[in-house]
Amino acid sequence: MALSFEFTDEQNALRETARRYAQDVIVPVSHKYDESAEFPKAEIRKAWELGLMNECIPEANGGLGLGVVEMCILAEEIAAGCAGFWTSTGVNNLGLTPIVIAGSEELKKRILNPFVEEFRICAFCLTEPNAGSDAGGLSLTATRKGDGWVLNGAKQWITNGGVADVYTVFATADRAKKQKGIMAMVVEKGTPGLIIGKKEDKMGQRASDTRQLTFEDCFVPDKNVLAPEGKGFGLAMQTLDRTRPGVAAAACGISRTAMNHAVKYAKERVAFGAPIAAFQGIQFILADMAKDLEASRLLTYQAAWMIDQGKKASMQSSFAKCFATDACMRITTDAVQVYGGYGYTKEYPVEKLMRDAKLMQIYEGTNQIQRVVIAKELLA
Amino acid sequence: MKIGILLKQVPDTETRIKVKGDASGIETADIKFIINPYDEFAIEAAVKVKEANAGSEVIVFAAGPASVQIHMRTAMAMGADRGVNVDDPALAGADNLGYARALAAAVKAENLDLLFCGSRAIDDDMQSVGPMVAEILGWAAVQTAGAFELGADKKSATIKRKVAGGAVEVVEVVLPAIVGCDWKMNEPRFAPLPGIMKAKTKPLAVKKLADLGVDAGGMGGRVSYGAFALPAERGAVKMLKGEPADVAHQLVQALRNEAKVI
Repeated sequence: MALSFEFTDEQNALRETARRYAQDVIVPVSHKYDESAEFPKAEIRKAWELGLMNECIPEANGGLGLGVVEMCILAEEIAAGCAGFWTSTGVNNLGLTPIVIAGSEELKKRILNPFVEEFRICAFCLTEPNAGSDAGGLSLTATRKGDGWVLNGAKQWITNGGVADVYTVFATADRAKKQKGIMAMVVEKGTPGLIIGKKEDKMGQRASDTRQLTFEDCFVPDKNVLAPEGKGFGLAMQTLDRTRPGVAAAACGISRTAMNHAVKYAKERVAFGAPIAAFQGIQFILADMAKDLEASRLLTYQAAWMIDQGKKASMQSSFAKCFATDACMRITTDAVQVYGGYGYTKEYPVEKLMRDAKLMQIYEGTNQIQRVVIAKELLA
Repeated sequence: MKIGILLKQVPDTETRIKVKGDASGIETADIKFIINPYDEFAIEAAVKVKEANAGSEVIVFAAGPASVQIHMRTAMAMGADRGVNVDDPALAGADNLGYARALAAAVKAENLDLLFCGSRAIDDDMQSVGPMVAEILGWAAVQTAGAFELGADKKSATIKRKVAGGAVEVVEVVLPAIVGCDWKMNEPRFAPLPGIMKAKTKPLAVKKLADLGVDAGGMGGRVSYGAFALPAERGAVKMLKGEPADVAHQLVQALRNEAKVI
């Protein structure tokens, strides 16, 4: 009797708010920002005003302390409006999560509380030019100096890199120790030696601000350390385990938008004297979209629910991330196919979705890494 | 100030209405209900007055089954402080006057200074319950309000409403009064997430007609419904093809000979 596929009234209410935000605030401007690749600061601020960001901040720090299911609801709805928007808002939560998990009370109060009181942006800095999937191979070095650490090196593909107020940074205190040498710390905007690189000119999700960061003798005091040497890698993995279903949920949002466009267009577009939706060749494409989206959502919310229940969910999180984002790539590609030549142009909405979808298979653990996780569990 | 809102749930605007087999009404089982969109302007108007007048309280009222309570919670997430739901089996057969009597009794028990409602509901569009409540309470009612301004004495208000020809009528009322909010009277806020979480614990009282001293016997009867039917489906569209001059000629011929309108 305990099995339930229903959201609570509050979850439905927050879905409604996120959906309205996506429809009324994001959709009218998503193509503008896709074209200009500017960071939609005013619109993201509106998301903050509505409480659609920083959902992990605990009640003790003035936040809502929401669970992973709620995070997924927000991700699905915001990404249904524009994936680049969600990547920006979602990374706030990603960057703050290590602080929620491992920060001292003093650090939580100093860093998290201001995110509730004012509009602030956070970045999560793990990936490096030569360390992506191999996150243990970091080369951003932390060297002991006085009451703190000095950072030297670079970070790559840092979402919110050019706009963040707070950066959660993973660095190595001893490269020879690989994963066991990694530590984590908080670096605030304006710290001397933190150098913001050029903005990447991306294929999709162009509203999100993606940068390289360089650290040159960047001093971080001890009070900003989140995880000492040896604990940083585990903290990164714990964080990603919590946030991974959010990527799956965002993929569901993109897929849903692509499917809705394809269904609508198939009913309107006439060929051979009938709407193309009357032809089985198109019907099968649409049916596969609906089937794969449903399976994606079930896997996503199952993983989210398991994490909220305190269950071990590495495998289920990877199922969800891998399946939902692969499905998203297929669904958005097929949406372009349903639109035919029109779908390949920027006059119509589906090519953007296809470009946006590609990143979902790459970030927060490539889908190859997800399969490594699954296989490892399976063969353990 | 004590400010009230009358709230109604209506079928979502995207609902495909189906008539019951015996034509006695519409099938409601598969319908997604939403807050009557006009009532959102009423919620916003009430919360605005509260925000401008420290110490004010906003109470949301709804008559009908408990399913309306999730929408009352949304009003609370937007800023209302508490709710009163009149839920009584006798309301199932009530006509609009029955609902107005139930709501008026609930409103009267709260000694309000001011009451907002949507100027119309998008389902049956009778535009009657608000004015009926005003009549029962002996208050002024101003419908299709486009702007509301509270008087400095907080005992009166100035309301602007659009009338024929685009002119604006300015009405001054003595409070308490009922203000029926017109489309786009304001920009209703979204329910923010902190508000949604807070709304969970705000008080929501459920009352029976007897609790309010309303005779459950006199709820319906003034209006009864014969039968419901959907409008006839639109016929096929005829596309005219050819050069513009030719198409214009065909169109005139069709309007004259087939449609017989010119």
